[in-house]
Amino acid sequence: MNISLSITKNIHDWLFEVMSAPFATVVENVLIAVAFLAFFALAGLLLVWMERRIAAFFQLRLGPNRVGPMGLFQTIADALKLVSKELTGPDKADKFLYNLAPYFVIVASLMALSVLPFSQEFHAFDINIGVFFLIAVSSIGVIGILLGGWSSNNKYSLIGAMRSGLQTISYELSVGLSILTIVVLAGSLQISEIIAAQQAGGWFIIQGHIPAMIAFMIFMIAGTAETNRAPFDLIEAESELGAGFHTEYSGMKFAYFFLAEFINMFIIAAIGVILFFGGWLSPFGITESIPLLGIFWFMLKVLGLIFLMMWFRWTFPRLRVDQLLTLEWKYLLPINLFNIVLMAVIVWLGLTINF
Amino acid sequence: MSYFSDIYNGVKTLLTGMSVTGKYFINARKEIITQEFPNNRATLKMFDRFRGEVVMPHDENNEHRCTGCQKCELACPNGSIEIIWDRVIDEETGKKIKAIDKHIYHLSMCTMCGLCIEACPTDAIKWSQNFSNSSYDRTQLTKVLNKPGSKIAPGVKDKE
Repeated sequence: MNISLSITKNIHDWLFEVMSAPFATVVENVLIAVAFLAFFALAGLLLVWMERRIAAFFQLRLGPNRVGPMGLFQTIADALKLVSKELTGPDKADKFLYNLAPYFVIVASLMALSVLPFSQEFHAFDINIGVFFLIAVSSIGVIGILLGGWSSNNKYSLIGAMRSGLQTISYELSVGLSILTIVVLAGSLQISEIIAAQQAGGWFIIQGHIPAMIAFMIFMIAGTAETNRAPFDLIEAESELGAGFHTEYSGMKFAYFFLAEFINMFIIAAIGVILFFGGWLSPFGITESIPLLGIFWFMLKVLGLIFLMMWFRWTFPRLRVDQLLTLEWKYLLPINLFNIVLMAVIVWLGLTINF
Repeated sequence: MSYFSDIYNGVKTLLTGMSVTGKYFINARKEIITQEFPNNRATLKMFDRFRGEVVMPHDENNEHRCTGCQKCELACPNGSIEIIWDRVIDEETGKKIKAIDKHIYHLSMCTMCGLCIEACPTDAIKWSQNFSNSSYDRTQLTKVLNKPGSKIAPGVKDKE
C-alpha cells in the first residue's frame, strides 16, 4: 500500500492521458506551484501563531487565545488586516527595487521549499545536487533584504540591510561546511539518497556520533543566524533600528517579508531534519510500511527543531556585531574545519555506528 | 588554552539559560500571570493598595465622617475636589459649624496621587478598589461623594 505514491502518480498519469504531453507538463507544474503556494501561506500563518503562543508560555503569558480555538485564527485575521491596509512608501524610494524586494524574498523561500521531501516519493523536485541547490537558493533571499533596505531611502533600513549582508556572508560558510560534514558521511548530494543512506544505517546524528553532533550544533547556530532570528536579529534590532530593513514597508509587502522569515525558519529546520534526523523516516522504522505517515514524522521532527529555534529566541539576548563576527570566524569556522577532517577520518576508518 | 575553556563555558552557560527558560515553559500552564480581563470582570478582586477612585464611605445611618474642613481641596494639586459647604447650628453647643452640602470629585482630573486622603484629618475619604472607570460621557466622571440626605456622624470633629 503506497498511498502517497499512488496519489501523485495517478494524477500524473491521468493528466498525460487527457492532454498532450507539453500541455500536461505545464498543467502539472501549475498544480504543484499552487500546492506549494498554499502550503507557504498556511505554514507561515501556523508558524506565526505557534511562535506567539510559545513565546507567551516562555514568559508566563497566555498569547493569542480569542479568535478561533486556542487563537488559531488570530494570524488569519492579522493577515486579512494587512491585506486591507494601504501600501505606503517613501516618496524618494527607488520604486522599482522597492516593489521588487519582497518578491525576491518569497521566491527564494519558495524555491528552497520545492526540493524538500515530505514523504517517500512525495517530493516535487528531486535533483541530484539537492543539498547544494538548497544552500544556493536559500542565500538568494538576502538579496531581497539588501534591495529592500537600499531602496527604502532610510538610514535605518540601510544599516539593517548591510548588517544582513554581513551576517549572511559570514554564517553561510558555517551552514555550508556543517552540511558538507554530513555529505561526507552520506556520499551524495541528492536528498532522496541521503535519506536512503539513513534508512539503511540509522539516522546520521547517531551514525556519525561525535562529529555529527558537533555539526548539528553548528548547523543550528548558523541556521538561526541565517534566518535572521534572535539572538542574531541585528537586522531588525528594534532598540537600534526601528524595524530594520522593512521599516518603510506596509500592508501586504510587509507581510511577505514576515511570512518569508517564518518559512525560512521552516526550511532551515527541514534541512536539519533531512541531514541529521532521517527526513521522513519513522523512529526505528515502526511505520515503514505506511509511506503516508512519512509526512507526519517529517512535520513532527521539523516542528521539534522549530521549537528548539524558538527556545533559543526567547532565552538568549541579542549579540553585538563584533560578538557575532567573533563567534563565526574565531569559533564556529575553525571547529567546523576540524570537524570535517574528523568526520572524514571516521568515515575512512569505518568508525560509524551502523545498525 | 583559554580558547577551549571559553568554548566549554560558553556552551555550559547557554545550556544553563535554556534549562531555566525550559522549566518556565513546562510550568507555564500552572503559573500564568495574566488575567483574561473582560471574562472575569465579576470575580476579579483588586489588591488593597490599588488606587481606583476616591470614595466617601457611609455607614448604615447614611452618615459620613466629613467635617467640611476643605483640607483635601487644598491638598489636591490639580483641583479635582470642590467642596460646597454651609454653616449650620450645632444642636449640642448652639455654635455655628461648617457642614458639607456637596463633596464634588472630578475623576477626569484626578491623577491618583492620594494627597487628599493623606490630608484628611477624620479619614472621611479613602481609595476604592473599583477598576474600569472609563465612561462614554465626560459628565459621568464628575461625582458627588456624599450621598443625598447624608449627614456627619456624631462625635466627628475638626481638631482645632
